Amino acid sequence: MSVAHTLSDSGVMVTRCMRRSLRNPEAFFTALILPIVLMLLFVYVFGGDLATGGKYVNYVVPGLIVLCAGFGAGTTAVAVATDMSNGIVDRIRSMPVFGSSLLVGHVVASVARNLVATTLVIGVGLGIGWRPTGSPLKWAAATAMIVLFVLALSWLAAAVGLAARTVEAATSFTMVLMFIPYVSTAFVPAHTMPAVLDYFARYQPFTPIIETMRGLWMGHTSTGVAVGHEAWIAITYCVGLLAISSVAASWLFRHRTAA
Amino acid sequence: MTYTVTAVGITKSFGGHVVLDHVDLAVEAGSVLALLGPNGAGKTTMVRILATLVRPDEGTATVAGHDLVSDPMGVKRSISLTGQFAAIDELLTGEENIEMMAKLRHLPRRAARARTEELLASFELTEARHRRAATYSGGMRRRLDLAVSMIEQPRLLFLDEPSTGLDPRSREQLWGTVRRLVDDGVTVLLTTQYLEEADELADTIALLDSGRIIAQGSADDLKARLGAEVLRLEFADKLGYERALGCLGTARTDERPRTDESLRTIEVVTDGTAAHIHATLSRLDGAGASARRVSVHRPSLDDVFLSLTGDQPSNLEAKAVA
Repeated sequence: MSVAHTLSDSGVMVTRCMRRSLRNPEAFFTALILPIVLMLLFVYVFGGDLATGGKYVNYVVPGLIVLCAGFGAGTTAVAVATDMSNGIVDRIRSMPVFGSSLLVGHVVASVARNLVATTLVIGVGLGIGWRPTGSPLKWAAATAMIVLFVLALSWLAAAVGLAARTVEAATSFTMVLMFIPYVSTAFVPAHTMPAVLDYFARYQPFTPIIETMRGLWMGHTSTGVAVGHEAWIAITYCVGLLAISSVAASWLFRHRTAA
Repeated sequence: MTYTVTAVGITKSFGGHVVLDHVDLAVEAGSVLALLGPNGAGKTTMVRILATLVRPDEGTATVAGHDLVSDPMGVKRSISLTGQFAAIDELLTGEENIEMMAKLRHLPRRAARARTEELLASFELTEARHRRAATYSGGMRRRLDLAVSMIEQPRLLFLDEPSTGLDPRSREQLWGTVRRLVDDGVTVLLTTQYLEEADELADTIALLDSGRIIAQGSADDLKARLGAEVLRLEFADKLGYERALGCLGTARTDERPRTDESLRTIEVVTDGTAAHIHATLSRLDGAGASARRVSVHRPSLDDVFLSLTGDQPSNLEAKAVA
């Protein structure tokens, strides 16, 4: 299997998954509407009474990006599980094709969808008064953080989609990812929570990722920890998740056979 | 004689349940072999093993000259798999489906386009090329599935229950398509639970039941195992029927004819020769009992299955699905 074939096979599958994303109107619409609705909901409905110091929109943007990424990952897990329940995977596996190209296709499409959603969150945020203070360099660093995060999450979603026996099981993954961010610093600072939740919120993986973005954009974190420190923890989490998930997904793809 | 597939002692268990039990199989180059059996007999597992999707626990196989275990890539290059579920992307159009698979076969862009055109035409999909596969009928899906299988003419084509879910007309069309592919020199390994389908398409039929091959041969061979043919006589009226019965019933006491009074039919064993049939009919004429209708029957494959397994194929379907 040459490098050229590997790239070409992956390219074909990326095209396929992108087309599928655009042709699944309900899923596409939800993915675009969700960030907007959540943004308006949090800022105008809940945000009025949340004590985060300053305007709530200045606090909440990183949290919404993570929440939307969780939703996007759920979509990816379902897409992979759907493929596994269909004859197309068997056909591709019976062909002299780079095996994981199908997964690469899903992951790349997933990252693309997530970045569109993220852009929407940022755009709507700026439109309703979000005023980040970070320099262009910090913007670039925040963008890199987002890309790394959604890449790791997309591989995790691919692995979950493969491991799930059914499309329904893959759907429940979305629920998990949509709820974990609530017990983090996404929407309120950890110190406002009861002791047990405060502890969980401070140390769960979403928090350093959110705080890294927050620190880079707004100049300070909500945990009081230096942004550089949060960033290292976030990067460690993401790289670890990326390594484990991509290896697990490739292994599952080879061994998961619909007996 | 050259064989496209030779499999020896293929054994596979899933979770302690033996699905395939030392199966030997040989498919002659250019021929069609039907793996016939009820649901759960192990047909699909056998196909998945030979198509490199599942590793056998035991046994060896050579497919198109490549060893299944040591050279799976060689096998993959020589085969096309058309599985039980149409392997098409419903959100893509027919044309996009073929082109995508052509690119995965590493055809250069221009060749991929040209081949797509040819396949759309020869599988009668040109008109529907820009429609999403989700809108296709069952027959069209199968044709698209086969078109994708034929992007590069494979040495061996697997058809796993190809007519499942098709209406009779689409099934006839599918059979026509398969015959055409065979005429082009493709070797086919087909699985089916329809005896009629095996009879129509296959040169060789292997009967698979509970993971073991219980009989193998041409349709005629298998039917011959049941022995004799029967001469079926139908009479216009009750008088003729009774006269015939009187005449034939006494002729040979060791072979009592099978009779059905309500249909006024009598079945007698025959060796199928013109002489025997002529003699029988002459005797009836002599007794003043001319038959209204005469036919010679060979046993159906259903009868073969029944006699070999002691069970109706349809009764076996409730067995565990492999």
